[in-house]
Amino acid sequence: MLTKRIIVCLDVDAGRVVKGVRFAGLRDAGDPAELAALHARAGADEIVLLDISATHEKRGILLETVQRTARALMIPFTVGGGIRSLDDAAAVFDAGADKIAINSAAMKDPSLIATIAARFGSQAVVVAIDVKRTLQADGSGTYFSVKSAGGRDATGREASTWSKEAQERGAGEILLTSMDSDGTKDGFDLELTRVVTAIVAIPVIASGGAGTKQHFVEVFRDGGADAALAASIFHFGEIALPELKAELSAEGIPMRWPC
Amino acid sequence: MIAIVDYGAGNLTSVKKAFDRLGMESVVTSDPSCVRKAEKIVVPGVGHFDTTKKVSESGLRAVALDAISRGIPLLGICVGMQWLFDSSEESPQTTGLGLFQGVCGRFPAEVKSPHVGWNQLHMRGRSILMDGISRDSFVYFTHSYRAPIVPETCAATEYGGLFSSAVERGNVFGVQFHPEKSSDVGLRILRNFCGILLC
Repeated sequence: MLTKRIIVCLDVDAGRVVKGVRFAGLRDAGDPAELAALHARAGADEIVLLDISATHEKRGILLETVQRTARALMIPFTVGGGIRSLDDAAAVFDAGADKIAINSAAMKDPSLIATIAARFGSQAVVVAIDVKRTLQADGSGTYFSVKSAGGRDATGREASTWSKEAQERGAGEILLTSMDSDGTKDGFDLELTRVVTAIVAIPVIASGGAGTKQHFVEVFRDGGADAALAASIFHFGEIALPELKAELSAEGIPMRWPC
Repeated sequence: MIAIVDYGAGNLTSVKKAFDRLGMESVVTSDPSCVRKAEKIVVPGVGHFDTTKKVSESGLRAVALDAISRGIPLLGICVGMQWLFDSSEESPQTTGLGLFQGVCGRFPAEVKSPHVGWNQLHMRGRSILMDGISRDSFVYFTHSYRAPIVPETCAATEYGGLFSSAVERGNVFGVQFHPEKSSDVGLRILRNFCGILLC
């Protein structure tokens, strides 16, 4: 049976994992390659590396980081952050990424999705969507507003419409982050996840808000997510991957476990 | 030396990296003369069945068929496996090698397509490639079309019905999943392939 995926995210700035890492027994807790390998051994189904600095000067460091991390992994590896062109994407693939995640650049120029998909295949293109519940202009209620540039700019887009467009343009997966839930540890935004999974046929990765094992059960069972992504709870060892996967399995959610 | 055939179908670094990890010498090449000299051939593939027509255009189709007839082991991965069949609905005008009979088709509408993620191998009969792989092992898939079950199917996977996740006939092997992305299970399968001698 096709399993639901647990994805570990590494937020990287200038080649170092940020957002704090408290792992015992690591030579270098901030090293993405070492951390990725550790999570893969623990049972992570995929690794996502997001370059949060993504400034021009730091791109070289990123590629070197991607190369070292890819070498340490034998599971799917996605890289996002600052990919603005086909050339940027090609460089990241060359360094060993299996998929790239694009966000702001795809909103600025949606044809970029098709351009990268035509060259590397849809399976290699993840469109990342950051969403914030926002008051309607007429004050009649809220809608799922898509934000770009790390959540700073409003784009006027609505999450499900943009997801659908991304799929039509050739995206292979949607990485859906709730900015309202992110960092709260109060659980994934199930309503947002449901709205998007109902409208697209491609896999949806839910992100933002994971705090307990039960949150993962909910996002798969009630949200309809195909995969769930989290960062700090795994880095800080608040949730151990083997226990999480065992518990999800026991709840009847198909998991790659034991793996 | 293992020749990883580069016909412009995306990114082949991960396949090369997996062989590096096994300590096996491999080269990513589009040069027919290099493929002709190889001890083993891998036809990887991501994306569209249509891209496999570049294999024919570059003369590599004849080289691959000749190598197979000389007993050189050949492994097709993903679209590379589908290419070993007659054809695919994805690109009806593109001919496959026809070493396995049947047409690759779409997933039925009741399941999400593409089929992305970790799914299980259900073994069928004896297999050199699957030697030592436990039943129901997980491997990583990403594809929108799938190959039918044939007599040479050595592993099947369930997703909107059963399809061939691995086929094997003599020295010709195909896997729909990505062994290079399938952790220890995938490495074992590639190691098995590396151990297969000229037959």
